[in-house]
Parts: sequence; C-alpha cells; structure tokens
Amino acid sequence: MAYTKRLDGRKNNELRPMEAKTGVVKNADGSASFKIGKTWAIAAVYGPRDLNPRFLQNPKKGILRCNYGMMPFSGSGDRIRPGRSRRAQEIAMVMTKSLEPVVDLSAFPNSVVDVYVDLPQTDAGTRCAAISAASMALADAGIPMKDMICSVSVGQVQETVLADLTYNEEAHEAPVSDIPIAMVHNTGELSLLQMDGEISREDLMKALALGKEACEQVYKVQVAALKEKFKK
Amino acid sequence: MTKETDQLIVNTQTIHELIKTGKRLDGRSLTDYREPITVQTEVSWTAEGSAMVQIGETKVIVGVKLSLEKPYADTADQGGIMINAELLPLSSPIYNPGPPGMKAIEMARVLDRGIRESHAIDLKKLCITPGEKAWFVIMDIVSVNDDGNLFDAAGLALLAALKTARFPTVKEDGSLDYKNKTEEKLPLLKQPISITVLKINGALVIDPTAEEEFSADARLTVAVDVNGTISAMQKGGDATLTLEDVDGMVGLALEKADFLRGKLE
Amino acid sequence: MTGLVQQERNVVVPGEVLAEGMDYLPGDNTYREQDKIYAKALGLVNVNNRVVKITSLAGPYLPRAGDKIIGKVVDITMSGWRIETGTAYQAMLMVRDATMRFIRKEEDLTKILDIGDYVVVKITNVTSQMLIDLTMKGPGLHKVSGGRLMKINAQKVPRVIGKQGSMITLIKERTGCQITVGQNGRVWLRGTAEGEMKATVAIKMIEEQSHLEGLTDKIGKFLGEAPKFEKPVTTPQEGGEQ
Repeated sequence: MAYTKRLDGRKNNELRPMEAKTGVVKNADGSASFKIGKTWAIAAVYGPRDLNPRFLQNPKKGILRCNYGMMPFSGSGDRIRPGRSRRAQEIAMVMTKSLEPVVDLSAFPNSVVDVYVDLPQTDAGTRCAAISAASMALADAGIPMKDMICSVSVGQVQETVLADLTYNEEAHEAPVSDIPIAMVHNTGELSLLQMDGEISREDLMKALALGKEACEQVYKVQVAALKEKFKK
Repeated sequence: MTKETDQLIVNTQTIHELIKTGKRLDGRSLTDYREPITVQTEVSWTAEGSAMVQIGETKVIVGVKLSLEKPYADTADQGGIMINAELLPLSSPIYNPGPPGMKAIEMARVLDRGIRESHAIDLKKLCITPGEKAWFVIMDIVSVNDDGNLFDAAGLALLAALKTARFPTVKEDGSLDYKNKTEEKLPLLKQPISITVLKINGALVIDPTAEEEFSADARLTVAVDVNGTISAMQKGGDATLTLEDVDGMVGLALEKADFLRGKLE
Repeated sequence: MTGLVQQERNVVVPGEVLAEGMDYLPGDNTYREQDKIYAKALGLVNVNNRVVKITSLAGPYLPRAGDKIIGKVVDITMSGWRIETGTAYQAMLMVRDATMRFIRKEEDLTKILDIGDYVVVKITNVTSQMLIDLTMKGPGLHKVSGGRLMKINAQKVPRVIGKQGSMITLIKERTGCQITVGQNGRVWLRGTAEGEMKATVAIKMIEEQSHLEGLTDKIGKFLGEAPKFEKPVTTPQEGGEQ
C-alpha cells in the first residue's frame, strides 16, 4: 500500500515548522539555534584561533573543524552515554566537508575555526539541522563565506517521495530511504549527500529535486534569522 | 602556544579593589543575582523531565532520563540516582572536547549529594520488584553558555527538571515506551537547591560572573531544603575559610535559597 | 538586468547578489563570479562610486601594520616578550622596542613587563604567515595599569571611535574616563567606578546597535551631562586615533 497520508498530516513537500535564532551562545564568536519540528540544534563558532597540536596546522589557510554531539537525554529511546561515538565522529566529518566549499579561511593561515553543534532533543534529520545551524553560526561569526549552506533530508516511504522525514517515518515498516543533503544555495550544488535504504534511480532524482526546493525553504528561515538582530 | 584562558579578560585587580568598597564591575551589590533569571521547563521532548535555566548570560540545560534497572545488591528495595555534568566546548572557549574535567566532576558530585543526602527522591517508591527491577533517575547537566555560577544555574535547572519529570509508559512486555509519558511524577519529598557563595578579597559575594570566579579566593556551595536544612556542602578554591566566613556564607545561602526557589513558581 | 540589486545600508548574508552586470566593481568582503557581485560576509551594503563593498557586522580581527592593539604578556624570552593579541597569532615585543631606556643584558625583564600584564602596543610588521612585531615606543603606547578591560567585536571598533574620534570623545567627556580602543577589539577604561560602568554600558550599546543611524545622539542621551565635579581626564597622547 502506498504511503499517501503522512503520519503528521504534512504535504509530501512540506517541512516541519522551523524556528531559528542567532546569538544564542554569548561566549562564542558566532552562534545559532535551529529547530525543525522536534529536532533542535545549537551551534557555536570559536575562532579563528590558535591550533594545537601544530602538525594539524595548514600554513596556507585556516582549517575548519566541526564537532557534533547529541545531549545524553536527546535520543528518543534510552539515555545516550556521553562521549564521542563513531556515529558522532562521522557526522562531524561530513559536516566539515559540507561547509568547507563555501568557507574561505585563506586570510588565517595555521589557525582553526571550531564549530560545535549540540542537540538538546532530536526527531530525525539531526545532521541536517546541525549543518543548517552551523552555517548560520559561521555567518553570524563574520567568517568569510561565499554562500550559505542549507540542509534538509528527503526520502521515500513506500514509493512516495517526501521531504524532511520524522523518526516515525524512518521507522516505517516498508521500503524506506533517507537522504540527507546539503546545498550550496546559489549554485544548487550538493555538499552533503548520503543515503540509506532502498530507492530507484528515478525516485532518487525525484527526491533530490524535491530536496532542492526544500533547501530553499530552509534558506529563507536562515536568512531571516541572521538579519533579525539588525532590524532597523 | 596560547592557553585557552589567555584570551579571557579577567580584571582581578579592579574586581578586588571594587569589592573593598562593596561594588562590582557590573554595578550589582555583592549579594544580588544577575537579571534575568528564567526557568523554562519541558525544553526537550526526549527527556522525561527537562529545564533550561538562564542567570544573566549563563545558560544551562538539565535533562532527566528514567530507566528500569536491577537494584544494587546492598539496596535491593530501592531505585537509584545518578548525576552527570558536561561542560560543553560549545559553552566557553576554555572547555575542550574530551572526558569531563575536574570542574564538571565536582559539580555533578556536589549536586548529587544535595539530592541524595537530603533524600529528596523517595528511592523506595522507585522500586518495582525488590532485587529485580527499580527505576533509576539519570540527570544530565549540560552547559550552553558559561558566564559564571553554573553551579546555581545547574542546581535550579535540576530541581525544575525533577519537578516536571513524568514516567514513561511501561509496555506489557516490560520494555519502556519513551514516546508516551504517563501523568505520574517522581516521588519528590524535598526541594533542595544549591547556593554558591564566593569569598573575593575578603568579602562574600553571590552569583559570580566568570571573571569573578577567576578572581575568587574561596567558594562554598551549600545545598538547602525548604525548611533550611543543609544537605550538602563543598568548599572550593585555594584560600581557607574562618568559622565566621562559614557562618556568613551559610546565612547568605539560606537567604538566597528561598529567592532562587521562588523562580520556579 | 544590470546595476545594483541591493540598496545602501541593506543587511546582507554571505552569497547574496549585490550587483549585476559589469557596471560595478567588487570591494571589501565581496567577490565577482561571471557578471554578478556577491557578498562574502554578513554586513551592510556600502556603495562608493562604482565600488560595492560590505561593512562587516561581525568577524575576526586581521592584524595590520600600524594598528594600535591591546595585548597580554604570556611569555618572556631571551630577547623580549611574547604577546597574546586576541587573535590566532601571538606577537613579539623585542626588548629594544619596549622602552627608550637602555636595558642591561642581565636585567630582570619581569621588572619591565611581567606575565599577565596588558600592554597598549602598535603593530610594526606582519608577515604573510602572521608573524607579528610590536613596539611600545610612541605616543599613547604603554603598559596598562588600573582601570578595566573589556572586549568588543573588532569590526565595531570604527563605530566606537566615531568620525574623527567623535564618539569616543563624547564618552570620555561625559564619563570622565580615560579610554583606549585597540583595533583588536580590546578596550581599556580608567576612571571612577561609576564612570567606568557607564562607559562600559555605552560601548556595549554601540557594539549592539552599530548598524543603526543616529547612534551618537542616542549615546549622548544615555550618557547625559558631563559629571559636574570631576574634571574629565585629558589624555593628549590619545589623540592618534582615527
């Protein structure tokens, strides 16, 4: 049976309600909070600052270093043990890769810009929320960037292509696919593309087209939040 | 190589001089809390209880998770509690990724004693089958922005999260359905809250900023219940305390405990 | 379509198109790709003749020769002091650049500057790899003593100083404080406890509202009249601020 009516009543291309804000961590050089449905990411940027150990330094430019962490009580099941899991490390790596194409640290050789993202609550789409929050925090920190990165997940549940899957949809007992993407806003190029589940080539392209449209909605929320502080 | 603390500005000399005349850098009196003090509960749907507290620019989140475990052998008819603190690198340039440092461990242990030793939670009521199954309450403190006095902010968030926590549904097979909470709340017998008093250049000071914490001689954290009973204390810092100091600090803590607890209403 | 897409003083985010066609030239914090000019930082649009640039509303301080900054002594070497600059890079202050006086070889350098001391210094040289040389010889350069230090975003420094130093002069006069603004965003103030606090609040206000116009009037209103019984501290050596 096709998945025609979404569990939470959304249209197929409809994202969950989003809420974003900058300047939420005063100690940081830039920060942002990004909520999509019940997934909530807080991002803080520190730097450019001194990078140690020295062998990590790049004399040509500063490096970007992301960190991702789910708070111990942020999983929908049992408590998560603190400490960096392999999952968290992998997500931190793909976050870095998804943001690097737009960040220009050539003026800051040998330094590091640290991006920390921590999530107080989650309901799927955590890496996408983390990337969207991180991109905002970097812009808020005044880091030179060519563009914004917007991120969202798309996927398929029983032959229906959908945007922004929830945990319940991902757990649906049927062929399901989950495709987190991140997009460089102006060019529409992808800087994050992962997928797990089952999907056909046609449906994959359909999902990515939907993703592009969905990223545009994320972008609008990011821009509005970044400008909010400077309302005249 | 730059130490993380090198980039922080700490006006110790001026803080010390001002305090002698009863003043502080930000214009507060020695025993005033910063504004605003806000308590937001149920900030995390995945936790059984949660709260975010802000004192001035200091922000902390506490989440409470409940799970069914086998009781400890020496307390077979009781559930258990555990408190853990994470000082996130997100929350200050001076924190680094990695296992909890001494500050996080100390904070968790002191707040743990405040709850445990006051018997704030009726551990016997948490037991379902003696020796086999009981509820365990795990409280995680997470710093979001550390501008000093995380201790008091964490203690307040902890109490707020405990007061709002609700049990998850136990399914027929004995497993837990965390997504559907019951209306049942934790058996909370007391409402201990921790107040930290600093001694800076000889004077007693409440609600320190990060700069003031770095300029302090000594610190005393006091956990107090509604009726004024003290359930835990911890002296920190390098300097010693006279008995007069202790008397003054406890007096201040008792006075401020009611004030801070009042923020939960 | 060609021409400006954004108006003067609009707030833009990285990647927003500022101008189309070849009529305009990309200035600070912008870049051209094919026939469009884009923003490369969060900031205010600023058009000067044919040049479009972005005035950053946030962002790191980039050390430049000639800048006066406030640094902190973090180490003492054979030849001088290592200074933390509030950036990713440390700087060197050589003994010969610290004081006019002759320093004997065996002299205890901590007597001149000790670890933890703050100094108002001028950058004399910056290499491509951000090796920074400093001097403390010159008007308005000195070891910091007393008062208090605060930090603001380095991009807001020009607003705090104001046109021809108008804003900072206003704050100095109305609070009776001596104030030095380092280009790296560190500000040193010394005056009465009340004066320092008022000046701190005023500077924070400017930092938060730097994107608004008519800020001088607003700050003037906030500060009120100059203190009656205190002579404003005049510091002729502070005149060098632009």
